[in-house]
Amino acid sequence: MNIFLFMISCILTNNFIFSRFLGCCPFLGVSGKVSTAASMGLAVTFVMTIASFVCYMVDQWVLVPLGLLYMRTIAFILVIAALVQFVEMFLKKSSPAIYSALGIYLPLITTNCAVLGVATLNVSAEYNMLYSVLNGFFGALGFTLAIVLMAGVRERLESSKIPKCMKGFPISLVSAGLMAMAFMGFSGMV
Amino acid sequence: MHEGNSPARLKKVFTNGLISDNPTFRLVLGTCPTLAVTTSAINGLGMGLAATFVLICSNMVVSALRKVIPDKVRIPAYIVIIATFVTVVQLLLQAYIPSLYESLGLFIPLIVVNCIILARAEAFAGKNPVLASGVDGLGMGLGFTLALTLIGVIREFIGAGTAFGFQVLGSSYEPMLLIVMASGGFLTYGLLLGIINLLTESKKSHRQKEAE
Repeated sequence: MNIFLFMISCILTNNFIFSRFLGCCPFLGVSGKVSTAASMGLAVTFVMTIASFVCYMVDQWVLVPLGLLYMRTIAFILVIAALVQFVEMFLKKSSPAIYSALGIYLPLITTNCAVLGVATLNVSAEYNMLYSVLNGFFGALGFTLAIVLMAGVRERLESSKIPKCMKGFPISLVSAGLMAMAFMGFSGMV
Repeated sequence: MHEGNSPARLKKVFTNGLISDNPTFRLVLGTCPTLAVTTSAINGLGMGLAATFVLICSNMVVSALRKVIPDKVRIPAYIVIIATFVTVVQLLLQAYIPSLYESLGLFIPLIVVNCIILARAEAFAGKNPVLASGVDGLGMGLGFTLALTLIGVIREFIGAGTAFGFQVLGSSYEPMLLIVMASGGFLTYGLLLGIINLLTESKKSHRQKEAE
């Protein structure tokens, strides 16, 4: 599969939220405003790309040679937690502007299942290093696209008349369902 | 909700997780597995029970170690405890129920990042005795299982015309495939949440009227 097709498949046809259901918690929790959603998307893209790379290395150079495949889940989640902490410290020192924009979202990313999901997907699909990193990066772009679109929809929902029992999560979920239906239209592309 | 293991309190902790603070319908936590694995009732039930096992074990261990774990590194410590039990579940399922292991796939290792489990460790098990934490895990876990099975039954019934794998509607029924696809998950969950809100609201206003 060439890289362009792979990109289309990661962003549109196999969108992390709308077809794989990875990262739904931040998708529903942090999609109130377009600006915060975009920051969250940026933070996730950053961490997911690096996490794919580091988890690939840990898997290939430590776990596989030592025959510790059953330790994958524990190793990956520790790598991700450490990575998030490291990214947080690094950004705090080097670029306070980005840090203050992403600040509160960074710790949340440890428990974003999209990050652990992409690491696990990469090893189970046996991607090489390039495709692992691309999968992380484009997958995260797909996540960003979904969360920003959703925030736009929710900003509009704020000002519309909705039955009381459907306010908040229920209407967000129904709108997400309609958006997922739209994304299904891409399914024949790749 | 104070310290203690009195039977009355344990009962309250249990029903709290099962109904009044149901993780899926009330707290809206752990949405990823809720949406992803509920394409059939069996998958929902299996996922719920796997998560319940992890929840009970991790809650009890976190609670037993609550005075040992330093406050600053408690989240990484909790995650390691949870990941250990998830690996146990993963290996057990792979060995004894390979069909369920295949159909849940990616979402078994992802129990680690299920927010319900970390949230209970942080909000309950880190502050309460071992027995109460175990009961809390059981209540929350069964609440999660109940919700997942309910969504699974609905989606399987509409999307395939079966219940727990048995043909219920006749062969003339045209399955509505949309419901077992991605968007159907969002729609079913959203509408169910809305219906449950409606029911609890009307119950509340009914009670208020009676009081007046």
